[in-house]
Amino acid sequence: MKVPDNQSPAANFEELAVPLFDQLYNFARWLTQDTSEAEDLVQETYAKALRGFSSFQTGTNFRAWMYRILRNSFLSSRTGLKTTVVFDEEAPERPPAADAPTPESLYLEQSNRQLVQDALADLPVPFREILLLCEVEEMSYQEIAETLSIPTGTVMSRLSRARKALRSLLQQKLKGGRHGM
Amino acid sequence: MACDAWAAELDAYLDGELGAAEARELNAHIKGCGACVADALERVQVKRAVAGAGERYEPSAEFRARVLKSVAVKIPASQRRDVERPASRGWKWWVLAVPALSVLIVSLLVNFYVERGKSQRQLVYSELIDMHVGTLASASPVDVVSTDRHTVKPWFQGKIPFSFNLPDLAGTDFTLLGGRVAYLGQAPGAQLIYQIRKHEISVFIFQDQGRGMGAPSTPMRELSFSVENWSQSGLRYFVVGDVNADDIQALSKLLRDAG
Repeated sequence: MKVPDNQSPAANFEELAVPLFDQLYNFARWLTQDTSEAEDLVQETYAKALRGFSSFQTGTNFRAWMYRILRNSFLSSRTGLKTTVVFDEEAPERPPAADAPTPESLYLEQSNRQLVQDALADLPVPFREILLLCEVEEMSYQEIAETLSIPTGTVMSRLSRARKALRSLLQQKLKGGRHGM
Repeated sequence: MACDAWAAELDAYLDGELGAAEARELNAHIKGCGACVADALERVQVKRAVAGAGERYEPSAEFRARVLKSVAVKIPASQRRDVERPASRGWKWWVLAVPALSVLIVSLLVNFYVERGKSQRQLVYSELIDMHVGTLASASPVDVVSTDRHTVKPWFQGKIPFSFNLPDLAGTDFTLLGGRVAYLGQAPGAQLIYQIRKHEISVFIFQDQGRGMGAPSTPMRELSFSVENWSQSGLRYFVVGDVNADDIQALSKLLRDAG
């Protein structure tokens, strides 16, 4: 997205930031689990980003920059401070449980959208956010690393843990659903 | 290498992050290994489920307008780039000049084919305009004939790989005529036909493929047509018609709000 030098930075900002609006809101809403908090967060993000746009380095990833601002604002918010879970990135992974999900048990139809959404909402924030960035935003590992300010190796290990956690939650919910019928 | 070792690489492979050489090796292994195929399938399912379920929340139109205005208002008008309305200047003359004559449309289309090919957007637009004109010229333009959105929307279930919402048209000049399945780049989507003052407007909805269309546009004029496109909840909307840009915008807004 190359812009002629004689354009004002603010105009460039608008051009870059407006198309991200809906995606950023979706992400904010997932993080905060609350509409008005998500709105505050997005508004704060745009205000901060506009103010700090001169510090944004052309040629680097604007999307990752915006998401990073949003996420840092969230982490320093009341809800963010409350919900952030500290977990040990280096801890050895547990061996798979005996009742690890099988392809049959995890057959996810469209009607299970609600179930997947519930499972995502139940995940700890670090897992939820990395899954959203990878699957919904389709960010590369490098972009995720920039957004979350973590090394690429950590992106891979955290993604792997997040996916395991999600699969086991889904399996629980699928079982629960069957019992409920 | 044992399956366990491959399993560790599967996620990176499915995320498109595995190096070319490793990806080839993994591919070769998967072809002969049922367990790994099942594992990969399950991972793909979860990936797709998360991608679909994750696109969940829409900002309200009021909130979007408020924040985007707060961003825009700080930019002096003299410095603003006309980013979103590249072709909107001077369109008014054609409102007077363009009666919706099919002969004119066809000749313009031929002309357009000569001129086209400059950008992806133009290619897509020309394809959509073709579909729009082709549909209206057809003896049975729609496959589901109904003015009731609660009839039209469910008709698409099982025919296209996504779902969408349609606006309530009460109190507007728009009428829903019906819908049909349309294809863009081999991908199935929905085509809905609306009418306003005897003019037909096509609304195309496809899954957003890689967001290659760039920023959402305010109505752009292509030949005698106005086209507006935007992305919402993972879907790409195109509104195409030979009505004036205000009508296109009005219908687009209804659809956005219903999104």
